[in-house]
Amino acid sequence: MGDEDRPLLNIKELKKSFGDNLVLDGISFSLDTGQNKVIIGPSGTGKSTVLNCVNRLVVPDGGEIWLEDTEIVSCDNINEVRQEIGYVFQGFGLFHHLTALKNVMLGLTRVKKVPKKEAKEKAIAKLERVGLLDVLESYPAQLSGGQKQRVAIARALAMEPKLMLFDEPTSALDPELIGEVLNVMRKLAEEGMTMLVVTHEMGFARAVSDEIIFMEKGRIVEKSSPEKMFEQPENPRTREFLFKLDELYGKGGE
Amino acid sequence: MLEFLTEFMIIDIFVSNFGRLMSGLRFTLTLTFVVMFFGTIFGVLLALGRSYGIKPISWVCTAYIELIRGTPMLAQLFILYFALPAYGIRFSAVTVAYLGFTINCAAYQAEYTRGSLESVGADQYKSAYSLGMKRWQTILFVVLPQAIRWSIPAWTNEFIYILKYTSLAYIIGAPDLMTQGKFIASRNYQFFRVYFIAAIIYLVIVLISTWIIDKIEAKFKIPGFG
Ligand SMILES: Nc1ncnc2c1ncn2[C@@H]1O[C@H](COP(=O)(O)OP(=O)(O)OP(=O)(O)O)[C@@H](O)[C@H]1O
Ligand SMILES: [Mg+2]
Repeated sequence: MGDEDRPLLNIKELKKSFGDNLVLDGISFSLDTGQNKVIIGPSGTGKSTVLNCVNRLVVPDGGEIWLEDTEIVSCDNINEVRQEIGYVFQGFGLFHHLTALKNVMLGLTRVKKVPKKEAKEKAIAKLERVGLLDVLESYPAQLSGGQKQRVAIARALAMEPKLMLFDEPTSALDPELIGEVLNVMRKLAEEGMTMLVVTHEMGFARAVSDEIIFMEKGRIVEKSSPEKMFEQPENPRTREFLFKLDELYGKGGE
Repeated sequence: MLEFLTEFMIIDIFVSNFGRLMSGLRFTLTLTFVVMFFGTIFGVLLALGRSYGIKPISWVCTAYIELIRGTPMLAQLFILYFALPAYGIRFSAVTVAYLGFTINCAAYQAEYTRGSLESVGADQYKSAYSLGMKRWQTILFVVLPQAIRWSIPAWTNEFIYILKYTSLAYIIGAPDLMTQGKFIASRNYQFFRVYFIAAIIYLVIVLISTWIIDKIEAKFKIPGFG
């Protein structure tokens, strides 16, 4: 390991096109260990693509992504790097044929080769952490959306990641189930997890994040602390977008 | 009903040919189970090859599946039994029955399985890869177990089909239930009655199988699976 001051995640000049659709046009930002950053922006702006690039589910056309001292775009051990990055997204991606417990165990037993007994203990501990001890033996189809997403979080945490990515984790949920997922995320942040979150939950962003990144058309328009972003955004586009969000979702945390 | 059976000597014929009928039934059932066993294994492999194999493998699997499904089973049996000997490849009727039905069954099982493989959504691949699973691990531990469960109803339907279609074996003279029936009838000239008995035996076996299959399906049922 080298420099103690280097960020945990450092994204430099990230570029990506799908065909002739330029989706990411030079995105740069970084996260220090324990930091929590929120990305906001209109639909189709490339927010999900940024996260997909971070664990190379989408291969960028240009730029660098450093996780500590591993460069993700060019590394040749991507499956090991992915174990260090938890990914939770809108559609949950739970394995339908496995119980909540087995969903959390699968990565441990099959990827990390943890012995079954140990994996089970660990999985139970993670499920307890997200408040799901009572549904260990339930199948995904028997869980509410909020429970599904918490299983997905526990599954990601079981791999002991250094970084957690969240892509609109509450967008598919009924309004009354959003809170339980945000609470888990908030607790995670308080415990020091490094998190990069795409969300339109401005209450969460305001309470938890260290910085809000506003993206539009594949570029970062503005990044600043939540206080500054909400009280006096610099860019008129940011102001306009936040105003629209207020109309759609209500004023964040107020 | 009972009168009908006695009057037309159905029971007589059944009792006096019991041994032969049961030996035919035994062959039919053994053939069906063996064909189902290997047909399903080859079917799953063909489906995996078609869906996930590199281009040439996928192409070969596709060609096989479409060729077999696109031609009549009778023609396939004829080719194996009557046409191949012209090229010096000679199989016994029994071998042709096992081989032909397995070849055929595999193609159908492959298509059912492929449909199930494709019904596993992109989100699950995404989360599996995010956990650091390799492609083969994702297919083996995430996609395939679900595809198999989705396929069970189609596979068991196929079992019933095969059970009945094996009667085509009589065309090449493999000693199945139908062939034994034909043999009995050719001696007592009671064609209608003998085939009636054979049909009843098929019906009883199908009903029993359906009942057992329902029990098995219920046992393997997972909430969220059709
Ligand atoms: N795999 C892909 N193939 C082709 N085009 C894609 C692919 N993934 C994303 N895109 C396109 O890239 C653009 C950015 O998509 P992305 O999902 O990153 O946006 P987003 O900011 O996350 O939007 P949303 O708020 O709707 O989730 C969109 O125009 C989308 O259609
Ligand atoms: Mg998105």
